[in-house]
Amino acid sequence: MRVTCQNMVYELAKEDERVIFIGSDLSPGLLSGMKRDMPQRYFMEGVTEANVIGMAAGLAMEGYIPYVNTIATFITRRCYEQVAVDLCLHKLPVRLIGNGGGLVYAPLGPTHLAIDDIAIMRALPHMTVVAVCDAAEMTRFMRQSADWPFPIYIRLAKGGDPVVSRDEQGFRIGEAIVMRRARAPRPVVLMATGVMTTNCLAAADRLAESGIEASVLHFHTVKPLDAKAVLDHASGAQAVVTVEEGTTIGGFGSAVTDVLVAHSTKGLPKLIRLGVPDEFPHHYGGQDDLWETYRLMPDQIATAVMTSLGKIAPDTWKVREIASRPA
Amino acid sequence: MNMVEASMARNAEVLAADTAIGSELDERSKFLRRLIVRGLEGGGRGHVGSSMSLVEILRVLYDDVLRHRPREPKWPGRDRMILSKGHGCLALYAILADKGFIPLAALDTFCHRDSILGGHPESAKIAGVEASTGSLGHGLSYGVGMALAQRIQGGDSRVFVLMGDGEINEGSVWEAALCAGKHKLANLIALIDYNKIQSAGFTRDIQDLEPLGDKWRAFGFAATEVDGHDVSALRALLRRIPLQSDRPSAVICHTVKGKGIPFAENDPNWHHKNKFAASELANMYACLS
Repeated sequence: MRVTCQNMVYELAKEDERVIFIGSDLSPGLLSGMKRDMPQRYFMEGVTEANVIGMAAGLAMEGYIPYVNTIATFITRRCYEQVAVDLCLHKLPVRLIGNGGGLVYAPLGPTHLAIDDIAIMRALPHMTVVAVCDAAEMTRFMRQSADWPFPIYIRLAKGGDPVVSRDEQGFRIGEAIVMRRARAPRPVVLMATGVMTTNCLAAADRLAESGIEASVLHFHTVKPLDAKAVLDHASGAQAVVTVEEGTTIGGFGSAVTDVLVAHSTKGLPKLIRLGVPDEFPHHYGGQDDLWETYRLMPDQIATAVMTSLGKIAPDTWKVREIASRPA
Repeated sequence: MNMVEASMARNAEVLAADTAIGSELDERSKFLRRLIVRGLEGGGRGHVGSSMSLVEILRVLYDDVLRHRPREPKWPGRDRMILSKGHGCLALYAILADKGFIPLAALDTFCHRDSILGGHPESAKIAGVEASTGSLGHGLSYGVGMALAQRIQGGDSRVFVLMGDGEINEGSVWEAALCAGKHKLANLIALIDYNKIQSAGFTRDIQDLEPLGDKWRAFGFAATEVDGHDVSALRALLRRIPLQSDRPSAVICHTVKGKGIPFAENDPNWHHKNKFAASELANMYACLS
C-alpha cells in the first residue's frame, strides 16, 4: 500500500502538471524515477515538517497539488498547527501521506505509533481523512485524489497487506463499501477502517462458525463519514461493532457514535467499540503483537462480540488484558 | 537600580537612538497612520505599536516596489506580499484601503461581527491579502512555496514576506530559511520589522536575536539593514532587490514600535490595547495632524 501510494504520485504527476511530491527525510532512492524525470516537482526537504507543510500550502495557493509524505506521527502531531492553519483554514488541496498509521512501527516505540492520527485529523474543519484497506484500493483512491477540493490525510498501513478489496466494488471518496452482507434479519454489523476491515472479514468468518451472522462495512473515508451507511446498517442490527487501529477517543468509533447519537430515531443499537484505550502502547514486538495486546486480531474481535452478546463468559479475555499491563 | 531597571535604561538608550532615525514623518506617512487610528477607533482595540512600526515599509512596497493591480487582486503577474506578522494588520488594511483594494469605510468596522477586517487578516475575505496569518512563523514557508511555484512556472513575480522580530523566535521561520537558502530563491525577500520590542518586553531581554544579519547570512541569504522609517532609503534599497542574484534576500528594517505616537513609542504596554479612552484617540490623531 505504501509503495503503491508513492508510485501513484509519480503516475499522477505524469498526467497532471499540478502534481508535486514533497518528502521530509525518507528512504534513499524514493521515487527516483520522478526525481529524474521531473526534478522541478520532486522535493526532499529534510526534517522540517512545519516548513514542509507551509511550503506545500504556498505551492497550493499557486495552483499546485502537493503530495507530502513522512511518518504519520510527524505529519500530524509535529506540525498540527501548520496543517490546521496553512491547509485547512485556507482549504488547500494538499495531500498528507502518513507512513505507518496505527501500530505499524511497533518495534520503534510510542513516539512512532500513530494512535491518534485519525482522531486529531478528523477534528480539523475541511480535512478529509482516508484509510484504505489494501494496495488495490489505494490505486482506486489515488486516481480520485488529485481533483478532491480539500486537504486529505492519507493513512498508510504496513505494506504487503492482504488484498481484500475488489474492483467491482468501486470507490468514491466518502462512500462506505459493504464488504460482506449478512443474510440474517438482525445481524451483527462490523464497521472498520483501514486494514482493520481485513481483520473484521476474518472475524466475521469466526462468528459465522459460531452461528452469528455479521456484515462488514468498510469506511475507507473516516471524514466525511458515510452517515447513511452507518444508519442504514445500524437500523435493526443486533450490535454495531467499530474496530480501529488507534485510540477510541475521538477516532473512527467516535465518528460512528456521533452519527448514531445525532440521527438514530429509534434508540441506539448495542454499541461495541474496539481500539486502543487511553494509553501510550508500552510494548514492542511486531504490529501483530500490539494488535493482540489491544484485542484487534480476528479471533479476539469475534470473542469480544460473542462476549458482549452473552454467548461466552467474559473472563477469558479480561484475564488476558490484565496480564498484558505492566507491573 | 535593580536588574530590570538597568535593562530598561539600557534599552531606552538604544531605542532613543533608533527613534531619532527617520523621526520626521511626511504627510503621507501621517495620513496612513491616521487610517490606522481610524481602525483602532472603529474596533475599540488593536495592535497599536505593532502596526505603527510597519507603515513606511508597507508604504514603500505598495507605492514604489510591488507590481499590483487593486482592481485585479489575483492578477497572476503580481508580486506577492505576505504580512506574516498578522497582528500588524491595521497597517496593511490602511495601505490596502488607500490603494483601493478595500473600501476606506471598512476601517470603521474593524473587528465588528460581520466585518471583513478582523484582528488578523484573512485571505478569503480581504482583496489583496495573499494568506491568512495571525499565528506566527507561517509566512516564510508560504513564501518559499510561492517562490518555488514561480520558478517551476518560469514566472518573474517576487515574493515579499514581512515578519516581526518576536515572530522570528519561531523555529519554523528558521526551517523555512534553511529551505529558501538551499533552493537559492532569489525571488524571495524576507523583511524584518525590527522594532526591538515583543509582547512580553524588549527582544534583547526575552530572546535576543543578535547578531541578526549574520544569522540570515548563515542560512544562505544576502542580508542588509536599513532605517525602516526612512522612505528614501527604503525606496532605494527595495528597488534594487534582490540583493544578490543567486540567493534570497533578508532586509532588516530598524523601526520604532509605535512610531509616530510619541506616548506609545518604545513602550511595550502599547503593543496591543483592548480599549481606548476618548482622550487617547484624540491625542493619537493630534500627534498625526
